[in-house]
Amino acid sequence: MNVSVIFVSMEINDGVFNQLAHLARLRFSEAEKASIQHDLQRMVAFVEKLNELDTTGVDPILHMSNSVNVWREDVVEGSVSREAALANAPVQDEAFFKVPKVIKK
Amino acid sequence: MSDYSDKYETVIGLEVHAQLATASKLFCGDATSFGAAPNTQVSPITLGHPGTLPKTNRLAVEYAIRMGIACNCTITQNNYFARKNYFYPDLPKGYQTSQHTTPVCDGGRVLIKSGNDSRFIRLNRIHLEEDAGKSIHDMDEVYTCIDYNRAGTPLIEIVTEPDLHTADEAYQYVTEIRRLVRWLGICDGNMEEGSLRCDANVSIRLKGEQKLGTKVEVKNLNSIRNVKKAIEFEVVRMIELVESGGTVKQETRSFDAATDTTFAIREKEEANDYRYFPEPDLAPFMLSDAFVEGIKKSLPPLPEQLLQQYQQQYGLSEYDAAQLCMDKETADYYNAVTAISNNYKAAANWITGPIRQYINENKLDFGNFPLTPQQLAGLLQLVDEGSVGFSAAATKILPELIKHRDADALQVATAQNLLQVSDSGELELWVNQALSNMPDKVTEYKKGKKGLIGLFVGEVKKLSKGKADPKLVTGLLQEKLK
Repeated sequence: MNVSVIFVSMEINDGVFNQLAHLARLRFSEAEKASIQHDLQRMVAFVEKLNELDTTGVDPILHMSNSVNVWREDVVEGSVSREAALANAPVQDEAFFKVPKVIKK
Repeated sequence: MSDYSDKYETVIGLEVHAQLATASKLFCGDATSFGAAPNTQVSPITLGHPGTLPKTNRLAVEYAIRMGIACNCTITQNNYFARKNYFYPDLPKGYQTSQHTTPVCDGGRVLIKSGNDSRFIRLNRIHLEEDAGKSIHDMDEVYTCIDYNRAGTPLIEIVTEPDLHTADEAYQYVTEIRRLVRWLGICDGNMEEGSLRCDANVSIRLKGEQKLGTKVEVKNLNSIRNVKKAIEFEVVRMIELVESGGTVKQETRSFDAATDTTFAIREKEEANDYRYFPEPDLAPFMLSDAFVEGIKKSLPPLPEQLLQQYQQQYGLSEYDAAQLCMDKETADYYNAVTAISNNYKAAANWITGPIRQYINENKLDFGNFPLTPQQLAGLLQLVDEGSVGFSAAATKILPELIKHRDADALQVATAQNLLQVSDSGELELWVNQALSNMPDKVTEYKKGKKGLIGLFVGEVKKLSKGKADPKLVTGLLQEKLK
């Protein structure tokens, strides 16, 4: 059970920043970029503080509680009405959620 | 093409997604039935609303383990789900919950037919994951329409090693997977409705080469026939490409069933970064030996075992045994009959012969076939002891028994006056009558035309209206004609 630590001593350079922006499907102006890059670098430093702890032999935490085997039985319940399901959608037609076309015909 | 089959080897790996036949989804209680009105089987969990908490469907885990046991996989003890992060509108949460790091079933193998032989295809893994919703691109001019009913439906993904070498082997493999999931009752195996989906990774390499060639992934294979057609096309395309000096590009292609060809849908983008990490909303699960053992004990006998049993213990041919193991309903029916009758061979003949024919003609299956195993066993016994002929049994008694569940074969045979006469006095009258009806033929027979015996037997059959036991009649005739 190895959970890799991604940002060990990581510098948020332009390459890393651009990749994160791409993965998040976000675009930034140059001004925003500078400010966010700076914030990200500080976050990384904050988290890297944890590297000072020796965690040899400590299993990574997979879940906040110690519970295991929290099952549901296979019972149909808990659905909401279609009206309720669609209520928050920016675009919908009372049957479907509508999103910008994701493939070109 | 045949000139190239000595030069190149095809390497195929298959990924089969099977939709598990649970009533509710993998992490919440929405129904999973096919064909419901759009967005009527959704909950805040399915829709990925903030603050919702998923919970694992125990039966889905059990179904995955059933498949793992049937395929001889190692069942993973310590399991957790991971988030596979990517953006696509059919994925409302922004990640798919999947067993990336700890597939519940590791390794394993599936026995397939290959030519006249059988061989094992090695599995890499079988893991649990949730399905995405459905995108409909051609319903609206401007928008893509999304139906989240399918989002969160439990799937197992069954992944082979690159271990298959012909389109036909791929065909046999998917056929076997479909039989297995149906046999285990974990998936309806319906490829048209998408309950079973297959992606094929295909590459070619020079014979003897160890390194795998550049692979192409072919999607949209919605029937077993199309799996075969797509691979056949792809192999020819790749060989022609390489032979004409080109190189195979790594890409994803889609199968067009109208033309039996494939076309590129996207080139391999820069390696996807899914940023897997353990799903913090779901507790891990640990499978005790006792839990797995319990599932193992609950499994029905598998086709592989039954095939052996039918041949070795019941003396059936490989062909008959395979016919009986075509699906679980047929095997169950045969097992029920042979539990009360030891006419193993006759039972197999009846089930694969007249009964299969009746079932096909009436669009039934053995699961809803009205003839009880007791009725069939009774009929087999009547035929076996010579009380009724096979043809009377198949054409007259069988239809009556199917119509009346409480009728038994002897009653019907008696009521319809079909019981064969084995009283030699009565038989002798018919035999004498028959011989005196055709004196010319008797003379010919006596001169050596022994084949005429069938004609005499037929005449006796006619005179007795089918009631004369043909074996006894033949003996009697031979005696008389000496």
